[in-house]
Amino acid sequence: MLRKIAISAISALTLTTGAAFAAGGESHVHDTAFSFEGPFGTFDRNQLQRGLQVFTEVCSACHGMKFVPIRTLADEGGPMLPADQVRAYAASLDEVELPGGTTRPREWTDKFPTRAGEGMGPDLSLMAKARAGFHGPYGTGISQLINGIGGPEYIVSILTGYTGETKEEAGTTFYANTAFPGGWIAMPPPLSDDQVTYADGHPASLHHMAEDVSAFLMWTAEPKMMARKQMGFVAVLFLIGLATLLYLTNKRLWAGVKGKKMA
Amino acid sequence: MAGIPHDHYEPKSGFEQWLHKRLPIVGLVYDTLMIPTPKNLNWMWIWGIVLVFCLALQIVTGIVLVMHYTPHVDMAFASVEHIMRDVNGGWALRYLHANGASLFFVAVYLHIFRGLYYGSYKAPREVTWIIGMLIYLAMMGTAFMGYVLPWGQMSFWGATVITGLFGAIPGVGPDIQAWLLGGPAVDNATLNRFFSLHYLLPFVIAALVAVHIWAFHSTGNNNPTGVEVRRTSKAEAEKDTLPFWPYFVIKDLFALVVVLVVFFAIVGFMPNYLGHPDNYIEANPLATPAHIVPEWYFLPFYAILRAFTADVWAVQFVQFITFGIVDAKFFGVLAMFGAIAVMALAPWLDTSSVRSGKYRPMFKWWFWLLCVDFIVLMWVGAQSTDFPFDWISLIAATYWFAYFLVILPLLGVIEKPLPQPSTIEEDFKAHYPHAAE
Repeated sequence: MLRKIAISAISALTLTTGAAFAAGGESHVHDTAFSFEGPFGTFDRNQLQRGLQVFTEVCSACHGMKFVPIRTLADEGGPMLPADQVRAYAASLDEVELPGGTTRPREWTDKFPTRAGEGMGPDLSLMAKARAGFHGPYGTGISQLINGIGGPEYIVSILTGYTGETKEEAGTTFYANTAFPGGWIAMPPPLSDDQVTYADGHPASLHHMAEDVSAFLMWTAEPKMMARKQMGFVAVLFLIGLATLLYLTNKRLWAGVKGKKMA
Repeated sequence: MAGIPHDHYEPKSGFEQWLHKRLPIVGLVYDTLMIPTPKNLNWMWIWGIVLVFCLALQIVTGIVLVMHYTPHVDMAFASVEHIMRDVNGGWALRYLHANGASLFFVAVYLHIFRGLYYGSYKAPREVTWIIGMLIYLAMMGTAFMGYVLPWGQMSFWGATVITGLFGAIPGVGPDIQAWLLGGPAVDNATLNRFFSLHYLLPFVIAALVAVHIWAFHSTGNNNPTGVEVRRTSKAEAEKDTLPFWPYFVIKDLFALVVVLVVFFAIVGFMPNYLGHPDNYIEANPLATPAHIVPEWYFLPFYAILRAFTADVWAVQFVQFITFGIVDAKFFGVLAMFGAIAVMALAPWLDTSSVRSGKYRPMFKWWFWLLCVDFIVLMWVGAQSTDFPFDWISLIAATYWFAYFLVILPLLGVIEKPLPQPSTIEEDFKAHYPHAAE
């Protein structure tokens, strides 16, 4: 049942998007310098923790993250919260519904709650990857290597793209947004300055919060990014070494055939 | 085995002789590894090894991925996320597998275009060429079905569009489409059969690869001059060739590792570059994506499919003379499969007696234009279908057919080829004047 509602909610949203897109709205995504961009980029642990706070206090009211296990908040290369804090955090979330209408407390081995139904937004687990493309292949091509996939930029641009205008259509209020394709989004402006009081005392302006939560959503979409880049470096360096040895072997092997002198 | 004269395996010890009488497997491996190979092969002859590596990589990573994947419409997407998040090294396996498909197609296109330039398809290598085309078709089927398995938006809608092509066949089309899908629309039955075939086809490809290698080991490799290895005696053959081991094994391994540096940089630093972001949205039959774009390696033929619309007079003419049986949609489908069929028929369409494009002054230009045409088709396949892209794709698609059906047959008649070296040895000595005898 819930699933049916979720499907119709998502499709209602997407269909509106499509219609608005056909109307010819331009989407303006602006570049943001994130710490995790480029081959050397890494997640900023403090930023991920702040982003988690924004997600918990604001986004999670209407957005679920059904693919993200809560325990991964303690993992290397992520927010790296202490295990006891993660367990306490899990217990503070919505209880898990069991067959037969009963519930039990959420454990850290569970996933984040899902959100579905009237007025709820799409799942955010993979949003940063599903909205990629700003930095190529459709934008500026190869710059993805240096600037990242562009999904977090899209999220920042949405969160800071509200102009303040609204319109009513078929009983639904739409908000003008410079980043959303079509220009009108059903999500009310979620963030305003100092809406969240960061535990680490970091300033909580709209832009800071938007960047922090976007970084956090990049981590939820690609939690193994740091391990992946590390593997990339090890593999590339090892293969360059191997290629050098094979080049020298090949040169010596063929020298006799080609009549070249080897030093 | 017929072919270039060379030393064969001689079992020495008692055990070797005992085994050789019962199963000459050591001899098979020896003859395969020591096969005389033209010593003037250039760096375009390395893609075969890269392709063998790709097949092995895809099979190994794929078998492990299957251990964690669930082919069910309600669970497939979540099981892929489970692989990405919970399975040890699962993210690496999946990114290697997804980007491995792209490397596979990069290599196969370079391999095919090398064959087209150096006339590798010409007698006596027509069978090798045809088997190669069958491998390419099986690769396309495997890659297409593999892309459906993560059950994202592009998986679902790509499957809907591509199986819809079979629905365009007059009369039996809708029945064939339903038979392929296992129902009236893309659903669980489709996902399951695609999963089954995606696992089966790579082993069919492996068998075809063995036959492909067997075929060109019988005829001998082509080479950049297109001049055949002399085979009147072993001594003469040895002047034109070197054994595959160690000369070409080491050379090919070096090239493979250089290719892998780029491959691992992409897997490590931009693994989603070649994929479509929409495939990170779970499949939703109720929401059609704004643009349904196939994977990059299908784009040239996708462009040909879309090029022939109902506005094109040739399409209208065919529709008229077939009493409407061949409409624009079916014409497009025929054109797409025809584009590959004409390539497969190249051995019989090319009338030139000269094998290598190196000695064909006019052919060269048309060949490079075909390469540009292929890239234009790939680019235009990802664009919309309005002006000017409709015209660009129509012109580019027409050139593809003209190259094989008009230019190749005509060139053989009108072109005056350049003088060719009489032997491979002569060509090699021209490059390396101090080469040993």
